[in-house]
Amino acid sequence: MKQPEEIAAYLKDKIVKGVLEFVPAEIGQPWITLAPDSIKNIAKFLRDDSELRFNTLMCLSGVHYPAEQELGVTYHLHSTTFGHTVALKVRVPIDNPRVQSVESVWKTADWHEREAWDMLGIIFDGHPNMTRILCPDDWEGHPLRKDYVQQETYQGITTRF
Amino acid sequence: MGLLDKKYHDSNIIIVSLESALNWARKSSLWYEQFGLACCAIEMMATAASHYDFDRFGIIPRSSPRQADVMIVAGTVTMKMASRIERLYEQMSEPRYVISMGSCSNSGGPYWEHGYHVLKGVDKVIPVDVYVPGCPPRPEALLEGFLTLQKKIENESIIESKPSDKITEEADRHETT
Repeated sequence: MKQPEEIAAYLKDKIVKGVLEFVPAEIGQPWITLAPDSIKNIAKFLRDDSELRFNTLMCLSGVHYPAEQELGVTYHLHSTTFGHTVALKVRVPIDNPRVQSVESVWKTADWHEREAWDMLGIIFDGHPNMTRILCPDDWEGHPLRKDYVQQETYQGITTRF
Repeated sequence: MGLLDKKYHDSNIIIVSLESALNWARKSSLWYEQFGLACCAIEMMATAASHYDFDRFGIIPRSSPRQADVMIVAGTVTMKMASRIERLYEQMSEPRYVISMGSCSNSGGPYWEHGYHVLKGVDKVIPVDVYVPGCPPRPEALLEGFLTLQKKIENESIIESKPSDKITEEADRHETT
């Protein structure tokens, strides 16, 4: 079992590209910031490395940072082999929100990435079925963005009271 | 009874008007469409279970809209679900009735202002006969909804439909959609 800072140091040691920094949070769980174009390789390493064995993606969630004009993805991993946990974060600019898909690494990511696309408009490159999951296919906009404006009508029905 | 009085010696024969016989049959076997959308469905199940026992009114669930007389819209109707609800309603054979159960299907409920994905009242897509308030309504409230519907059915006529009945509701519906 490794602590998050040990995992970060181990990652920096083993992987040259893509591991940006370790952030020790004052409150709650610390996290490791990663580059969006190397998340897939790092995810594979985290899953397969004999000292890490992160075989479970507990959660994948999207975030909107309106002040920075950025979108983010947070990954929470757990190893059922060693019992350790780590959080990863990725940030992308809102005008080109492309993150590598980790669907091929953990199948859990399939629906979670579709949800992040549906709610926040984050595009996951390499996802086999990048479609909406909660809203109807012909819905307009991404509802969890802070600047989201609800459409007035949907299929001829007014959406307001 | 007049002319026919005492003509039949068999005690199993009752003479009534066709209308009241039809209305009695309809109101006494309100088969409802078995589907729930949210937490109201749990109360609907509780109403159907042994403690409140819907069945004593002849109310039983059917799994096909084609066999159902009444639709209980039990829960939050999302925009995505609205067209499905409409289709289920259209698949029901007439005479058909709708009970809107709970605040969500009455008016959008807690989502009436900020729920971008919630239909603000199921009466935007299908005509509603009885509204049952509550969040969710207790089984007694749903039962009262059914008793109210029974009263409405009792007063129906096969000669001509009253202006308050289906025709205007159908017209309203086509105006809004």
